[in-house]
Amino acid sequence: MQQLTKKAPWIMAFKTAFPYTLPIFAGFWFLGMTYGIYMNVSGFNFLYPMFMSLLIFAGSVEFVAVSMLLGAFDPLQAFLMTVMINARHLFYGISMLDRYKGVGWKKFYLIYGMCDESFSINYTAKIPENVDKGWFMFFVTFLNHMYWFTGAALGGIFGSLIRFNTEGLDFVMTAMFVVIFMEQWMKDKDHTSALMGIGLSLVCVIAFGSDHFMIPAMISIVAILTVLRKPLERKGDEEI
Amino acid sequence: MTLTQQIITIGMVIFGTALTRFLPFLIFPADKPTPKYIRYLGRVLPAAVFGLLIVYCLRNVNFFTGDHGLPEIISIGIVIALHLWKKQMLLSIAGGTICYMLLVQIIL
Repeated sequence: MQQLTKKAPWIMAFKTAFPYTLPIFAGFWFLGMTYGIYMNVSGFNFLYPMFMSLLIFAGSVEFVAVSMLLGAFDPLQAFLMTVMINARHLFYGISMLDRYKGVGWKKFYLIYGMCDESFSINYTAKIPENVDKGWFMFFVTFLNHMYWFTGAALGGIFGSLIRFNTEGLDFVMTAMFVVIFMEQWMKDKDHTSALMGIGLSLVCVIAFGSDHFMIPAMISIVAILTVLRKPLERKGDEEI
Repeated sequence: MTLTQQIITIGMVIFGTALTRFLPFLIFPADKPTPKYIRYLGRVLPAAVFGLLIVYCLRNVNFFTGDHGLPEIISIGIVIALHLWKKQMLLSIAGGTICYMLLVQIIL
């Protein structure tokens, strides 16, 4: 019995974190292989999806990077596009400032590997008292990272063997975000922020066009949430 | 593109991505208390961001010409219905995607 309770903290954290990542295992293999296949049919060696999934580890921008690599060489545009597409990470970071405190060396990796899915688990999971918080979040991040990496590598390696019409497969990303949105919706009691996110983004697509709406949309979302801070915080207090 | 140009392009994507992840932690270091306003944003932003991401995925769909975005509308309907029914993330995603692929490949 004594032995059991004195187990290394990481073992306990791994066992707690693993079940949380299971849905993402299947999802990331599916998405990751799609990405690997997509790179394969676009004419890239499997080493590309392998290294890109490992080092970039941000799904949507990896898909976009395929067209960047097929287009003209423009590193500045590649950088700016990446920052704009991934600007939502700024929001994740702001949401995780407190949660990532006091986890030691793991913090660097937690930030490096902060994808949509790791963020949503680490943001919402209720970690048991006896489980080390830092190790728990480390394994959520690490396992998701490895699912994506292995999926992309496998898709890249075996993509050439797959002969089926992949048209429309990219809808998997839309479907995933719809599901994540619904999950957040069901968790929230107040839907102002969710509705503002959809509404203002739609307005910005119409006003600025599909290629330039992201930044104005983000600015207007922050602006409206700032204006609504008092009423929204009051609502938040009543719920608690 | 040459291999070097490809490596530089991928390098820019890696750097840009890491920058968006690290920036908030560099601006608001752990040893100082995070401003209340930033903490408030951290709490309310996620819901809006997921809405933004859906619109991002659909930004190039034209609802007024061609197929009027019907494949997207129907497939998202399937995703929502499946998710309300079973609450199985993977089932909802796979079901909607298969529906969409069938629609764009066979029917429309």
